Amino acid sequence: MEKGTEILSMKNITKIYSNGVLANSHVDFSVGSCEIHALLGENGAGKSTLMKVLFGIEQPDEGTIGFLGKQVKIGSSDDALKLGIGMVHQHFKLVPSLTVAENIVLGKEPKKHGFLDRKKAVEITKELSERFRFDVDPSACVQDLSVGKKQKVEILKALYRDVKLLILDEPTAVLTPQETEELFEQLNKLREAGLTIIFISHKLNEVKQICQRITIMRHGKSVGTYDVAGLTVEDISRLMVGRDIILDIDKKAAKPKEARLFVKDLSCKNEAGRQSLDGISFSVRSGEILGIAGVEGSGQEELVELITGMKPLDQHGGEIRLRAVLPNGNEVESEPVSVRGLSVKQIRQKGISYIPEDRMIYGCAGHVSIRENLISSIYDSKEINSGLFLNQKKIGQWVHNAVENYDIRCDSALDEIGMLSGGNMQKVIVAREFSTNPAVLIADQPTRGVDVGAIEFIHRKIVEIRDQGCAVLLVSADLNEVLELSDSILVMCQGKISGYFPFAKKVSEEELGYYMLGVKKQPEEELRRAYSEE
Amino acid sequence: MKNKKRMMTWFELLRTFLAVGIAVGFAVVIIFLVSGQPLEAMYKFFVTPLISFRYLANIIELMTPLLFTGLAVTFILQTKVYNLAVEGMFYAGGLAAAMAATLIKMDSGLHAVLALLAGLAAGAVIAFLPAILKLKFEANEIVSSLMLNYILFYIGDFILKTYMKDPKSTHVASLKFAETARLFEFTKGIHFGLVIAVVLIVAAWLFLYRTRWGYALRMCGENKNFAQYSGIGVMGTILLSQMIGGAIAGLGGAVYMMGSQQRFNWEWRSGYGWDGLIIAIIARNNPKLVPIGAFLLAYLRIGSDIMSRGTDVQNEVVSIIQGVIIILIAATGFLSDYKKKLTVKMIRSAAKED
Amino acid sequence: MKVLEIVTSISFLFSIIRMTTPILYASMSYMVADLAGTANIGIEGMMLTCALIGVVASAAMGGNAFLGLIVALAVGALLGILMCFIVSKLKTDPTITGIAYNLTAAGGTVFLLFLAVGEKGISSSLASGVLPQVEIPLIKEIPYIGAAVSGHNVLTYVAVLLVFVLSVFLYKTSLGLHIRSCGENPEALESVGIHVLKVRYIALALSGMLAAMGGVYMSMGYVSYFVKDMTAGRGFIAIAAASLGGNKPIPMLIVCLLFGIADAFAVNPGTQNMGIPTELVSTIPYIVTVIVLVIYSYKKMKDRKKAASA
Repeated sequence: MEKGTEILSMKNITKIYSNGVLANSHVDFSVGSCEIHALLGENGAGKSTLMKVLFGIEQPDEGTIGFLGKQVKIGSSDDALKLGIGMVHQHFKLVPSLTVAENIVLGKEPKKHGFLDRKKAVEITKELSERFRFDVDPSACVQDLSVGKKQKVEILKALYRDVKLLILDEPTAVLTPQETEELFEQLNKLREAGLTIIFISHKLNEVKQICQRITIMRHGKSVGTYDVAGLTVEDISRLMVGRDIILDIDKKAAKPKEARLFVKDLSCKNEAGRQSLDGISFSVRSGEILGIAGVEGSGQEELVELITGMKPLDQHGGEIRLRAVLPNGNEVESEPVSVRGLSVKQIRQKGISYIPEDRMIYGCAGHVSIRENLISSIYDSKEINSGLFLNQKKIGQWVHNAVENYDIRCDSALDEIGMLSGGNMQKVIVAREFSTNPAVLIADQPTRGVDVGAIEFIHRKIVEIRDQGCAVLLVSADLNEVLELSDSILVMCQGKISGYFPFAKKVSEEELGYYMLGVKKQPEEELRRAYSEE
Repeated sequence: MKNKKRMMTWFELLRTFLAVGIAVGFAVVIIFLVSGQPLEAMYKFFVTPLISFRYLANIIELMTPLLFTGLAVTFILQTKVYNLAVEGMFYAGGLAAAMAATLIKMDSGLHAVLALLAGLAAGAVIAFLPAILKLKFEANEIVSSLMLNYILFYIGDFILKTYMKDPKSTHVASLKFAETARLFEFTKGIHFGLVIAVVLIVAAWLFLYRTRWGYALRMCGENKNFAQYSGIGVMGTILLSQMIGGAIAGLGGAVYMMGSQQRFNWEWRSGYGWDGLIIAIIARNNPKLVPIGAFLLAYLRIGSDIMSRGTDVQNEVVSIIQGVIIILIAATGFLSDYKKKLTVKMIRSAAKED
Repeated sequence: MKVLEIVTSISFLFSIIRMTTPILYASMSYMVADLAGTANIGIEGMMLTCALIGVVASAAMGGNAFLGLIVALAVGALLGILMCFIVSKLKTDPTITGIAYNLTAAGGTVFLLFLAVGEKGISSSLASGVLPQVEIPLIKEIPYIGAAVSGHNVLTYVAVLLVFVLSVFLYKTSLGLHIRSCGENPEALESVGIHVLKVRYIALALSGMLAAMGGVYMSMGYVSYFVKDMTAGRGFIAIAAASLGGNKPIPMLIVCLLFGIADAFAVNPGTQNMGIPTELVSTIPYIVTVIVLVIYSYKKMKDRKKAASA
């Protein structure tokens, strides 16, 4: 096939999900052969849906698909694979207990006398990974592999099936920068070998780096297809959101006061027995946002769990203390208390609020009304109880205030929270956690997977609560968010603190990157500044 | 868009009716297949129980234990623990009450209260066992609770034969209950237990939907992680829900003994525990709807009994109806295409309004 | 010393194998379904139904036990397929589906039994067949052991054979690989174009057939008639056995033997006469199941926690 001829053309694709979400509306999308074609858009713009339609996972309500010059009907992933379309999903589709070779040949197994030919499977895997210089061990168990390796297995799985078009759904989201570089080299090789690649991403720099053309989606519609060479990163971001992303958050300089949260020499081993936290010390002051930057899995999760009591501190080393709010709600106790031995409820009563990383798992009960989701942090407080019973009138008032003040867009607070968009759902959680006037706020990925409007809103609220004197600990995988929202920054790398920057404004993204990846590490005495008893 | 919630309620109602309709349809087909007098059988099954005062009273009598076990299961399933020992809880409650009613001598009134409390406590203890084994040792509660049922029946049998047996009775049955431990009977078969059941249902609804403990309990069932995150003591709350359920089932057993029976004579199982499960599924774990489920089941049972007495169709045909009802009501995929069409239509029309 | 005398008697060893057979079938049934991602709680009901169907079909075909078995197998497969449809298409919770199966079977078999023989307790008036007992030529001659191991119903030997066949099937064939993947990560199968549903249908049909064999063994091997509720919770004990065996055929066989011992102990005339009330002796298999289950679960939990803190 000649370079540049059209290999795929999707026309007029419309898809409505059963919950009523219009994910794709009359989308046209075409890809030329032997190109790396970026598909860009915000969360919820409809990229994933479009790709699911292409890979046969979802059926479009309208529209046609042409592949290699023929009109095709893709009723299942099987159809897609038979046509030569492969997909590497964001969440890997591997069987953990099977070996690499077994995973690669799954569904198209080599056989001998009707039985599985394991030896042949290993040979095939070896041959494939040598041909494309993928370095994987065919007989390793998939559950023991790193994320980067698992992704390679996924790509090999597609290559084993001789695909002509490969869809990669946010492949770099889980990779370290080094792994990303390696992946890009391999993708370029694959392209030279005649493969066409659709590359889904949020990361504009990466798109600039390896893609030739780009299609941008917005609110379920296609905005257009462009040559990457002619666009700047700013152009692309404008097309994506329909306006310039406000990178500068409007906030005054922080006026930090007394420290409220003290973490001292905290160490912890995770489920797998790995040292996930290793001697962490820092403190967070009233009126400041301390951001924690780091590659995901550097110990942030354990840190947050230990502070909030989701994981009891008992057998783990180190100490976490906090200055609890006094009953008047405005002042804090002068002597900090340890959270050791306290339940989640007791820690919450001491004035910690917590935006969890995953709103569907921890943040809400999906089949329960917005109203009932809004009261979970105060359900047994005097504020909404009278005697034996929950006071419906007071709850109504509380809910009304939350919906108004936090701009939660819903028909009725009695609707299930699961019917809301991600952004609105997150606003419910923010409203609930902020309304108790916390002394300390732990915000773990507070804007993950929400729309730009909600991001701005939530950022504004976090700054607001800081200005009211709350001590905010921000954990985010989004470097931009950490840089823009934080007053000071802590970098975590492999369970340790590798850098502390008292003034967020004075550090660049590249600089943080070095600390995140362990290229650089500040000396002990500089790191010690992160902890203060005052 | 205000009617989103109303539409969902309507939809659920439609689904329930269809489920019952299809199930009855199955039964009708079977009746036609096996019976030489299908029309008469169907008349006796579906119509007779509703047009006779005596049969209506029978339905209400049968509803009494069903209200207890149905309500018990709404608590047990509320926290997503498949504790299937309800049968055993009901049995143990009845046994404990029977022991109190036969082996102890006391004043009227006090004696009845003691017997009821004995049943309640027995039920709560039985419910506690599989739950604590699950929570402390992660032992599969389905298996442990079912084994517990068998163990209880045998132990109960042993107690009955060894300590309570009436030597004068030809069947294996206990001594007659003391008059002091009997529940007041309004009319034949309808006793004070019905009042207790109704009060319990109202209290249960208030507890679940209007108190902080009920809130905590429901959140534990909806999303355990969310409950933990919110500061709810998940383990204690789950145990509480199980023991409340057990207490209600046990009380039901006691009430059944003291209201409807003269002596303890279950050689084997009553089946009311499993009926409770069916009712809770029909009621979608909401106490408010338990009476509807209990009525439906009692009506089908009485109807089928009349049918099997008067015609050649056996009353076990009900078990087929039950099976179909359970499956279809719990089937979230049942009619989901229709639901999608409705939703899409609403979104389209809302878009037009904009 | 009476206990020792009992447990070392040939009849006791013989009855262990006899009692293990239905549990083994039910466990294999649960294992196959569970590996494919559906916890089949309805095995008890499937077994009961097929036990009756086998008897009725065999009587209808002139007492041919083999034909009865075939019909029961077909019904078992259908019940499995129906369960798969209910769980995957109607999206009913598998546990609830299983419960519905058991409740329907408990009443439904009585309904059917009455249609067949006009009474509600036992099918002994039906001229149904019994599957043959097999003497194993060489083993029969071994003193002591031979008498306990040989002379069992053909389905007992088939069960042991099936344990090994299943091992090969699950670990050495494509379909086995697919079934195991299906429970662990169905999306992995979908992503390579295998119809997960098809694999599940096959697995549940197999599960139903294995349950059917267990049921037929009860009514056409263990005894020669159908009795109401004759499976007596074996379908549930099997759930414990399969989990305790880690869903692996060979370890599961050993666990089933343990439960078989408990069962054999409970029905042994010797223990029945030991002065312990029969009702209490009857609880032994159930109590053993709970105790073993708790110990196993606790150990598994501990191991996990140990790994976490190491």
